[in-house]
Amino acid sequence: MKKIYAEMAGTVFQLLVNEGEQIEEGQVTVVLESMKMEIPVESKFAGEIKKIHVSEGDFVNEGDILITIG
Amino acid sequence: MKRILIANRGEIARRIITTCKQLEIETVAVYSEADSELPYVKEADDAICIGKGPVKDSYLNMEKIIEVATNYNVEAIHPGYGLLSENGDFVKRIEQAGITFIGPNADILTLMGDKISARRAMVEAGVPVVPGSDGGVTSVSEAIQVAKEIGYPVMLKASGGGGGIGMVLCKNEQELSTSFSKIQSRAKAYFNSESVFLEKFIPNARHIEVQIFGDQNGNVIHLYERNCSVQRRNQKVIEETHSPNLSEQTREKLYEAAKRAAKAVSYTNAGTVEFIVDEAENIYFLEMNTRLQVEHPVTERICGIDLVEWQIKIAKGLEIPLQQESIKSFGHAIEFRVYAENPNNFYPSPGKISTLNWGNQTNIRIDSGYEQGNTVTPFYDPLIAKVIVHEENREQCLQVARSFFKETKISGIQTNIPLFLHILENSDFKRGSYSTNLLKQMVTN
Repeated sequence: MKKIYAEMAGTVFQLLVNEGEQIEEGQVTVVLESMKMEIPVESKFAGEIKKIHVSEGDFVNEGDILITIG
Repeated sequence: MKRILIANRGEIARRIITTCKQLEIETVAVYSEADSELPYVKEADDAICIGKGPVKDSYLNMEKIIEVATNYNVEAIHPGYGLLSENGDFVKRIEQAGITFIGPNADILTLMGDKISARRAMVEAGVPVVPGSDGGVTSVSEAIQVAKEIGYPVMLKASGGGGGIGMVLCKNEQELSTSFSKIQSRAKAYFNSESVFLEKFIPNARHIEVQIFGDQNGNVIHLYERNCSVQRRNQKVIEETHSPNLSEQTREKLYEAAKRAAKAVSYTNAGTVEFIVDEAENIYFLEMNTRLQVEHPVTERICGIDLVEWQIKIAKGLEIPLQQESIKSFGHAIEFRVYAENPNNFYPSPGKISTLNWGNQTNIRIDSGYEQGNTVTPFYDPLIAKVIVHEENREQCLQVARSFFKETKISGIQTNIPLFLHILENSDFKRGSYSTNLLKQMVTN
């Protein structure tokens, strides 16, 4: 299983994918908001979204798991 | 005035406390759980926690702030900048509670806060505006029609926007079509209004603004201009006064237009009229900021005036302390906004400030919201401190700034200080001949 992590602390502003969805490498999966800036989180891998670990509005710390990809 | 509440945080709350101490006015600070360790919380006479870190749970909670103001029996509220400072509804509620708002009245905030109504008011007052749509545009097809008339590239803007948020540059019809619904939904999410409008994009423009003051007797004065063209993501990074490379004629034109704008809306208290100045030195009204600006210290330095003191006096109903002909300026001043961010891609860099050492220079003003050991959290904008250099001339300012930033040591977070050192060596910046493209060009190169 591959994982997408939060690269910085912030709030989950938008979830752009759903569980079960096939995604491509480089696709933006989540938009975080930190210090009044929106930060797109791209997937480094292609695959199926197995689990989304966060909801919109959640606060995440740097290194938290956002998404698991199968 | 014996006691005021400061509805803000960080460096600006601290800045307001400093003046209040000099005027022997007690201060009540409000803070979020995320800010409990910051210096302003300790320096205020009273400090009350009003909620969790996110601004909607704390600094934007009008009810809670007014409840604290009432409980602590304050006579006035200073809103600082950002947050609730330009919220007409907040001002109305403060006044209903019998408390004075240190700023203009609610009608002016509402008129100027809506970019479309502000544009209309300026056109009526004979102040030049950037060519654009007469009012709001409601559909993609209408936007495309207007863009054809004014010509590409165009800026698509949220009417309720400001501070660089809710605007996008569109170079052609395709970009405008793609961006339209995005800006509309962003306008709705951030500013609670879907209203958007179009302006012609002016290339190689400078952003020059004029500080003004108005009082309740209808007097209006200006305190010169500030050049704020060093920007990233349409947000200011460095500001200076006076503006380099500007003819005396254009300078006077800016002051006159700013005063005309202020008089047209019977402006009271501190305000800033922002203009775009193109390569031929044509000037266009951009927006009016109905509050104290982040960059107000450069004006304070060259004029020798405490703008917060003036704000408080005018809020009390007094006249502007000086007449126009008694206002003089001395030397040159530059402000650098130290942001907690990656200096290359401008991404935020929250974290604990393990070292904060500004070096040994004594002739520099540092308005810092943080001290060594404090944590910069992701909830607020990345400004941690403002460094203001004031010298006899611009050349000396640049020299002093260079040695200051070489001595400064900050660790634990990234800051844009390495970028300042690059800018200070940039030939266009050194010559004072730069537009709002400066940082984009530097990053690309």
